[in-house]
Amino acid sequence: MAKIPSDATEGSHLNLPDGLTAERLLDAYKTMCLSRALDIRIWTLNRQGKAAIAASAQGHEVAQVATVMATDPTRDHYLIYYRQLTAMLMLGTTPTEMLMQFLARDGEILSAARQFPLHGAHPRVDLFSFSNVVGTQLPQAVGVALADKMKNRDAVTVSFFGDGAASQGDCHEAMNFAGIHELPVVFLCENNRYAISVPLHQQMPVESIASRASAYGIPGVEVDGTDIVASYEAVKEAVDRARSGNGATLVELRVERLLPHTTDDDHTRYRSQEDIERMRDLDPLPITESLLKRHGILDDATDEEFKEWASQAVDDATDASEALPFPQIADMYTGVLEETMGGNSHA
Amino acid sequence: MPEMTLIEAVRETLRTEMRRDPDIFMMGEDIGPRGGVFLASEGFVEEFGEDRVMNSPLAESSIIGIALGAAVNGMRPVAEIQFADFVWPAINQLVGEAARVRYGTNGRKFAPLTVRVPYGGGVRGGLYHSQSIEVLFAHTPGLQVIAPATPWDARGLLRSAIRSNDPVVFLEHKRTYRLVRGEAPDHEYTEPIGKADIKRAGTDATLITYGLMLHYSLQAAEIVAQSDGIETEIVDLRTLRPIDAETILDSVSRTGRALIVQEDTGAVSVSSEVSAIIAAEGFFNLDAPVMRVTPPEIPPMPFSPLQEAEFMPSPEKIADAIRRLTEI
Repeated sequence: MAKIPSDATEGSHLNLPDGLTAERLLDAYKTMCLSRALDIRIWTLNRQGKAAIAASAQGHEVAQVATVMATDPTRDHYLIYYRQLTAMLMLGTTPTEMLMQFLARDGEILSAARQFPLHGAHPRVDLFSFSNVVGTQLPQAVGVALADKMKNRDAVTVSFFGDGAASQGDCHEAMNFAGIHELPVVFLCENNRYAISVPLHQQMPVESIASRASAYGIPGVEVDGTDIVASYEAVKEAVDRARSGNGATLVELRVERLLPHTTDDDHTRYRSQEDIERMRDLDPLPITESLLKRHGILDDATDEEFKEWASQAVDDATDASEALPFPQIADMYTGVLEETMGGNSHA
Repeated sequence: MPEMTLIEAVRETLRTEMRRDPDIFMMGEDIGPRGGVFLASEGFVEEFGEDRVMNSPLAESSIIGIALGAAVNGMRPVAEIQFADFVWPAINQLVGEAARVRYGTNGRKFAPLTVRVPYGGGVRGGLYHSQSIEVLFAHTPGLQVIAPATPWDARGLLRSAIRSNDPVVFLEHKRTYRLVRGEAPDHEYTEPIGKADIKRAGTDATLITYGLMLHYSLQAAEIVAQSDGIETEIVDLRTLRPIDAETILDSVSRTGRALIVQEDTGAVSVSSEVSAIIAAEGFFNLDAPVMRVTPPEIPPMPFSPLQEAEFMPSPEKIADAIRRLTEI
């Protein structure tokens, strides 16, 4: 385990690892701007009574863009959880498609609005989340990877999870099995230090989740999840290891959850004022903005352009999705099983 | 036509399906060189290798969770839960996850997953090797629950289960494994999921049952036929979800009397559901109240022999119930 620093002094050339270019960094930052604008809009739509529930990705943006950049969406699998707005945008989901999830509109792409936002399966990339129960995706991800290994496919499975899920028995069982069979999985923990309100020291007696990796015979790495280059580098190494047949890795990206757990939570009940102040210094958006500007990758005009574009895209998506109807009642009866329709009193 | 025990029927079906479809693999505790504690996969490692007959760690939740992940990624796993009593850690992955995959993704993902679960008592298994666990699964939309009682049905229905594109909980009664012998064809036939089967024709009463209790009920029907001339029709449910209401109601409409026999405790159970179906849709064909034979409401089931025997429905108890029902 090592903390990998990537920062450099002002004006110096940013040392980019293999596969990461200034263009990709700029594109990732643009997606982060979009994600932040959309995230703020979703919260507003909740307060307006239009979006029933939302879990914010604010604070997790760098971790998610870095992870997606290190993978190959044309062949890899993504088992996400509910805080993955940025990752979904990075994988090509449109803002309208995202808002249709939160507003439960007809034609919603993941689950036809049967499920909470960010649950279901994506039509264009192999991204899915079956459940709201944290940690269930970890053994499932291992099974997905097992199938790839059995079929000699060149695919990597990324299983996102949070520090809360790390306490589930499924987490232990999944990593144990992946270690035994050297499966091509990246266990990607976005550790934001809180399982809703329970702080890390009440969740585990050790300092880091990555330190558990040794128990499963796999490498574990703990990285500053606000550092886009270091995060990319760590995930890329894990993806390369998996793709070359050398098994799983546990990557722990340390992030901050800038908003309460969900729109139904109030973190001032359990976070101190000092903690809240401190976390604001770890907002990955200004950190990345500053990094890219220091190294001449981003200038003020482009930054302004990105933010205006994001704002316009979110306005357009809000109009487009709000204009759509809810799913029809009749649609709820279909597709329980392949052969039968639901709604039969004996079925 | 070959005659075989029920465990042989399960084993031969697994073997022939594994030969037919390379996407099928098995996973469970001790199923490798040991062949499973009931020998359902005896000799399989030699034929199919350890990659397709995978010993799993002793961890039921991940047996189902991993099988589910493989199922949604192109495989057709057959997972074994060693004893039904051990299925509870896997409930979340089965009831919470697998059952909702198709519905929760609007059909984009589906799970061709078979979970074989040896269950049931009368084997001196005590509280943790005797349980009947069907109710929770039979209650769950998105699951199919099969409980065959004969080698013929075990073969035809296990084949259907493995070939189904949705999850199946396949319940094998442990006491029937070696106790029950019967004919089962070698050719690749299937029996339909969701169809009950009339195992004995009769005119005086309909007895609805499944699993081991089918055999006790058949014995009971012979007892009352000889002692009282009562002819009992026996409906073997075979599938507990979806339940074949049509066959039940058709039989009850001809006999006017219904007795439901199950080894599981009665409150909020399969027999409750069958009673409700008959009450709602067969009421005007009834000549007597619906009657049930179920064990006492204590945790199934005591280890000591006299208490275990008292707990289990028996051919004699079932015969008494048939007599009482037909006297009304």
